[in-house]
Amino acid sequence: MISPDSIGRTFPGADSITINQSDIDAFCAVVGESNTSVAPPTFSIRISLQQSESILTSPEVGIKWDRLVHGDQKFDIKRPLKAGDVITCSSTIESAREVAGNEIISVRSDISTATELLVSSWSTLVIRA
Amino acid sequence: MVDSGDPRMIKDQIMDEHVFYINRALLKQYADASGDQNPIHQDQAFAQSVGLPDVIAHGMLTMALVGKYVSTLAGGSEKVLELGGRFTKPVVVPADREVDLTVSATVTEVVDGKASLSLSATSAGVKVLGMAKAVIQI
Repeated sequence: MISPDSIGRTFPGADSITINQSDIDAFCAVVGESNTSVAPPTFSIRISLQQSESILTSPEVGIKWDRLVHGDQKFDIKRPLKAGDVITCSSTIESAREVAGNEIISVRSDISTATELLVSSWSTLVIRA
Repeated sequence: MVDSGDPRMIKDQIMDEHVFYINRALLKQYADASGDQNPIHQDQAFAQSVGLPDVIAHGMLTMALVGKYVSTLAGGSEKVLELGGRFTKPVVVPADREVDLTVSATVTEVVDGKASLSLSATSAGVKVLGMAKAVIQI
């Protein structure tokens, strides 16, 4: 069960991350995108999901990641990521509820440079009973 | 697929479908590109041990391919403003063959230089993304 104290909390990203061209290239290659000058629309999941995992599985939040199923996902892209961007990713546990023994957690992730919000995304994560 | 970025997109217009193909090699490639190395997407014995029929595709791989479809309609990734959907059914990927991901879109609204799209994504005729939508700049 998620710690009730963590619901509504925003966890700042621990470290800044520099976006690499090689990571964008690898993602583009999977989907067959030939224009690698900006990241594809779902590229930021690489960053946000890893961030969510480290936050949600921390002892203070207490989620078991191996019981997790991705329920839904949405991206709001102000400006696509590109190589050289130095970003941080903060995550907010927006809500948690229990349905039929499964725990349904909504997490919002905000990826920003020092001056600009680039991508917000929402993940619904289902922790199976 | 032809890059369109067509400014004449109109409400209720149905956009041409595109078929992507998913095989085990693509799952491995996506695992490496995304960092999601969950064995249910690569290891048949593991997938079956947790009650799945076989290896399944990452939900986010299907959404990434839908994202490519939307980028192409928009005329570039930088014109995709919103994208989302619900993972309703897993895409099962057997070892010996590729499976389809068939994507299409209907224009639901055109306003202020933006088009809203309702997206359909199916594999073997079964809907794999629910309430999938995008907003693009046109």
